[in-house]
Amino acid sequence: MLDKILFLLCLASALADERCMPDTPHGFQVRLSIKTALGDEAYVWNENEMFLFRASLAFAMRNHMNGQQFEVSNIIVCNETMRVSFWFIVTSPLDTSQLIDQENVEAAIRQSRNRINSAFLLTDKTLEFVDILPTLATLYTHPTPPWLIVFGVVMGAVSAGIIIMLVSSVVQKKRKTNRKPQDEDDDEETRVKTVENGDAHDGIHNMSFSEDERFTKM
Amino acid sequence: MAGDKEMMEKEDGEEKEISERPKWDNKVQYLLTCIGFAVGLGNVWRFPYLCQTYGGGAFLIPYLIALVLEGLPLLHMELAIGQRLRLGSVGVWNSISPYMGGVGVASMMVSFLVGMFYNMILAWILWYFFHSFQNPLPWRDCPVNLNHTAYISECEKSSSVNYFWYRETLNITPNIQTSGSLEWWLVLCLASAWCFVYIGFVRGIETIGKAIYATVTFPYLVLTIFLIRALTLPGAADGLVYLFTPNWDTLKNPEVWLDAATQIFFSLSLAFGGLIAFSSYNPQKNNCERDALIVGCVNSFTSIYASIPIFAILGFKANENYNTCQNWNILQLTNAFNIGDENITVENYQDWFNHLNATDPSEVESLDLKTCDLHTFLEQSASGTGLAFIVFTEAVINMPGSQVWAVLFFIMLFCLGLSSMFGNLQGVLTPLMDLHLIPTWMPKEIFTGLICLAAFTISLIFTLGSGNYWLEIFNNYIGSMPLLIVAFFEIITVVYIYGINRFNDDIEWMTGRRPNIYWQATWRFISPLMLLVVFVAYVVMQAEKSPTYSAWNPDYVYFPLAEVLPYPGWVVAICGLLSAIPVISIPLVALYRFIYFLKNYIKTRHNPNPYANDVSSGDL
Repeated sequence: MLDKILFLLCLASALADERCMPDTPHGFQVRLSIKTALGDEAYVWNENEMFLFRASLAFAMRNHMNGQQFEVSNIIVCNETMRVSFWFIVTSPLDTSQLIDQENVEAAIRQSRNRINSAFLLTDKTLEFVDILPTLATLYTHPTPPWLIVFGVVMGAVSAGIIIMLVSSVVQKKRKTNRKPQDEDDDEETRVKTVENGDAHDGIHNMSFSEDERFTKM
Repeated sequence: MAGDKEMMEKEDGEEKEISERPKWDNKVQYLLTCIGFAVGLGNVWRFPYLCQTYGGGAFLIPYLIALVLEGLPLLHMELAIGQRLRLGSVGVWNSISPYMGGVGVASMMVSFLVGMFYNMILAWILWYFFHSFQNPLPWRDCPVNLNHTAYISECEKSSSVNYFWYRETLNITPNIQTSGSLEWWLVLCLASAWCFVYIGFVRGIETIGKAIYATVTFPYLVLTIFLIRALTLPGAADGLVYLFTPNWDTLKNPEVWLDAATQIFFSLSLAFGGLIAFSSYNPQKNNCERDALIVGCVNSFTSIYASIPIFAILGFKANENYNTCQNWNILQLTNAFNIGDENITVENYQDWFNHLNATDPSEVESLDLKTCDLHTFLEQSASGTGLAFIVFTEAVINMPGSQVWAVLFFIMLFCLGLSSMFGNLQGVLTPLMDLHLIPTWMPKEIFTGLICLAAFTISLIFTLGSGNYWLEIFNNYIGSMPLLIVAFFEIITVVYIYGINRFNDDIEWMTGRRPNIYWQATWRFISPLMLLVVFVAYVVMQAEKSPTYSAWNPDYVYFPLAEVLPYPGWVVAICGLLSAIPVISIPLVALYRFIYFLKNYIKTRHNPNPYANDVSSGDL
């Protein structure tokens, strides 16, 4: 029993790489917030999930550095906590004593970020690679800004309204001026005498002369 | 609508075309127009702020006292005098006493100047309205800089709503001396705002009367919708409790009473001449007393009614900010101590904090945790454009269905402002028409178009980069002191020059009832006295403050705090001119009339003409 434990400990220490440690210059820290992302449907983080992580990271490395056949064993993980957070480093498949530098690892992760995220049903915020900034999503720039479209519609309606108002007032005035000459003709006939005396509109009309021509006209 | 011209046939067959004074289609139109003029943007974004600053429910006391002692008497007086004399502001004061004609001129000038900058606010509202049809709302996210590495620093340091208002809308310059250039998008919005105003105003009260059915009733509908929605939001109760909890100590502060008096005065849109113009189109036998009571009370009711959804929404926003603040703290602790995800919650945060602080105080210290206090967030309210374009837009982002709420809100603000604009411009049009300054060949439509065009051209100042600073100046220096002076002269003229007894007789003839002791006391003594006190207090307070303004300067050391700058000398001179020019017309006109009178007197003394008939002495 004791032998077995000793053997396992030696194996474990052999597998654990001294180069993987917190704040290592060759690796990154990863933080997962599974409960925040999935709530009730959160899965438990266990060995299998860690295996998936290492596999997806190996996949990302393969994608980025063409030709090099990264394996799960090339991804070394350490300092796992309850958070869930851990550090990882990447060794070269050709020579395990060599570590892949940070820039390459970062570029690989950036390239396949989406795939890694979806493998865990997480997002950039909940699967956090500390110090790797997510590429900021640019706001979609429309070809024509939508506000101009709304502006055009509203202004079109308003201009149509103004034109209708002005046209209707012109039409109204024309109707009035058409009616006026008609009425003026009718009254002209009944006021023959007053017209002879000059313009009846000037000055104060003399009330002593009756205008009721119907009775006095011969 | 009774037409402008009516053929009148006398029995002797004489024909004359008399231009009949336009009149309201019905009483409802008139009341709605007056209510629309009084109820404006201030009811929504100034009153709730005052209520909150001055101790919540306790502020209602000075507010209602000011309404009863100052607002209603002045309102009644303006409506009655306009109705009796059937003339606009210039005509009314001219006919009471030619020496007081300047009061009307002052009213007209203030109306025009206020109309100019008020419409700029409507242009901003239209801009936000046009942008509310996007998903996501453009003020939700910060834009990314050119190499896509980070957000634009100005936006990152302040906030996305601030950035959208100050940069993308106003494109504001760091100080008032830097004018910047005309911002084309603001010019477009200003042009469309003036087109809206023109459509309603084109034939004077004919078209205003039709337009206000929509523009006055719609805001109440939207306020009700917002009330129902806001009360169901989380945190609404906090906001309402905070708003209405009375803090009786504030009543000891004289500034509260001053602010209540000025708020009532400006809220009722007195001394603009617009109310006189509207009531001059009434039939003379109309109960103006009841009208005044209705308009005054509806205005105050609207203020109180509007503050409920506004504060519910502000409470919601404060709650959101508080939760964000707490969650940030929780995340910091979780990450630093590698505690399991979601183990620290808002409820057990304090226990965890104490435990962690005990075990590793230095680490906790280094995290720089924020102190999250709901009250601090509740106090972060604002008034004026800050409330509508910064605070409210931020709240709307977090509400589900934000586009709908944003659209409704901005349409409501636009309607509120539009109905006030009609009053402002009518206060300019009616005196001009009564003075027969319009050439007879020019139809009314063209004249109103010219007024709108002139105002649009001058108000292009406000579309400059420094436009917001200029608007603040116009708002502070025109829309305040000159109005107090004009109102004071108005009430003195009516009560002491026209004669309070004659005025009482007029009202008895118009309404059938003599004004009771309340009106007598307020007209004769209380209201003029209150106006004088308010005016003096206002001047004293303005004199104490050195003229400064808050500037938005991204290069400021303490950005995003506003940089407080003093006005340069030439700007102070302009401020003085803006306050003085409307007011100076009162003594100027009196002086002009006096000189004319002296000239006549001297002429008649030197050449006594026995045939000269004193009756026909012109329009003096």
